[in-house]
Amino acid sequence: MSDATFTPDREAEFGDYVALLKPRVMSLVVFTAFVGLLVAPVALHPFVAASAVLFIALGAGASGALNMWYDADIDAVMRRTAKRPVPSGKVAPEEALAIGVGLSGIAVVMLALATNLVAAGLLAFTIFFYAVIYTMWLKRSTPQNIVIGGAAGAFPPVIGWAAATGGVSLEAVLMFALIFMWTPPHFWALALFIKSDYDDAGVPMLTVTHGRKSTRRHILIYTVLLAPIGPALALSPVGGPVTLAAALVLNAIFLKGAFDIWRRDEGEAETDGYRTEKRVFRFSLYYLFLHFGALVADRALQGVF
Amino acid sequence: MAIRATHELHERRLSRNRGVGLVLVAFIAIVFGLTVVKVQNIGLTEGFDHVVRPELILRAE
Repeated sequence: MSDATFTPDREAEFGDYVALLKPRVMSLVVFTAFVGLLVAPVALHPFVAASAVLFIALGAGASGALNMWYDADIDAVMRRTAKRPVPSGKVAPEEALAIGVGLSGIAVVMLALATNLVAAGLLAFTIFFYAVIYTMWLKRSTPQNIVIGGAAGAFPPVIGWAAATGGVSLEAVLMFALIFMWTPPHFWALALFIKSDYDDAGVPMLTVTHGRKSTRRHILIYTVLLAPIGPALALSPVGGPVTLAAALVLNAIFLKGAFDIWRRDEGEAETDGYRTEKRVFRFSLYYLFLHFGALVADRALQGVF
Repeated sequence: MAIRATHELHERRLSRNRGVGLVLVAFIAIVFGLTVVKVQNIGLTEGFDHVVRPELILRAE
């Protein structure tokens, strides 16, 4: 890689490299990893805990860079992603690859040194899963890409938990299941209202391969399957009254939203500019945030009583 | 000996260089902090330091 072979429109700034790490995805990773670490029964020194969360986030960012390196051709076609550093020509693809590989290594090694090998191993697996299994393979080959890709996003609380305890147990698996089952309805709601993009890029999104009616049904099915996980988490050792209340209320709203999406047809959705789909998508973000927030609240209450 | 000649490249790359500099400083701070915490976690240790310390000598009683 040299400037002789790659002539960007303008010099890449530091912010363009930060954008390569998908900072918005990272913020969710930071939050869920932090919660996984916080609710674990073993307390880490605050500095070690903060470092662990940082390196988990760095690993997630590195896999984001690898994703942007490999997906530059798709990203260039879709409106939502065309401005990303690689397709917009600000960062050379080889540079994105080098940063992705380099930061992955640093993140895994540093997490191992800061905490333990189980957490580091899980982080390495997550990066591999997202960059290779999801990005290189499943995303382009199956409409279930979102379901399986969701696993990568579901790992951070498990890594946080492992960083504190040195292992994985039921509570960590339930936190994993919550994000894993939440991802498909969350993403498909988005896919419904930014429809044309995935068609153009040739990504086998469910809306393209099975049609929008089927996508609506899938959203409802996955939301129904998601519903018991929150209450189960609330009844597990990391849960408590706040989580239980949150799980019941959030699931009721999400199920109602998924039901509304399922009941509508395209004509209705197009007349009101996909209002329900957009509302459910926005709510789904709160759903996950508040669920994990409730776990923190219950943990704080345990300290009080 | 400092390099005095400036090139327009220095200006173009200012943002990157500053960013990388800050990241490196932060990384050093984290490694140092982790080291301090890990060493503290070991607790007070007492070793031989070339001074006779009676409490370290086994006494046959």
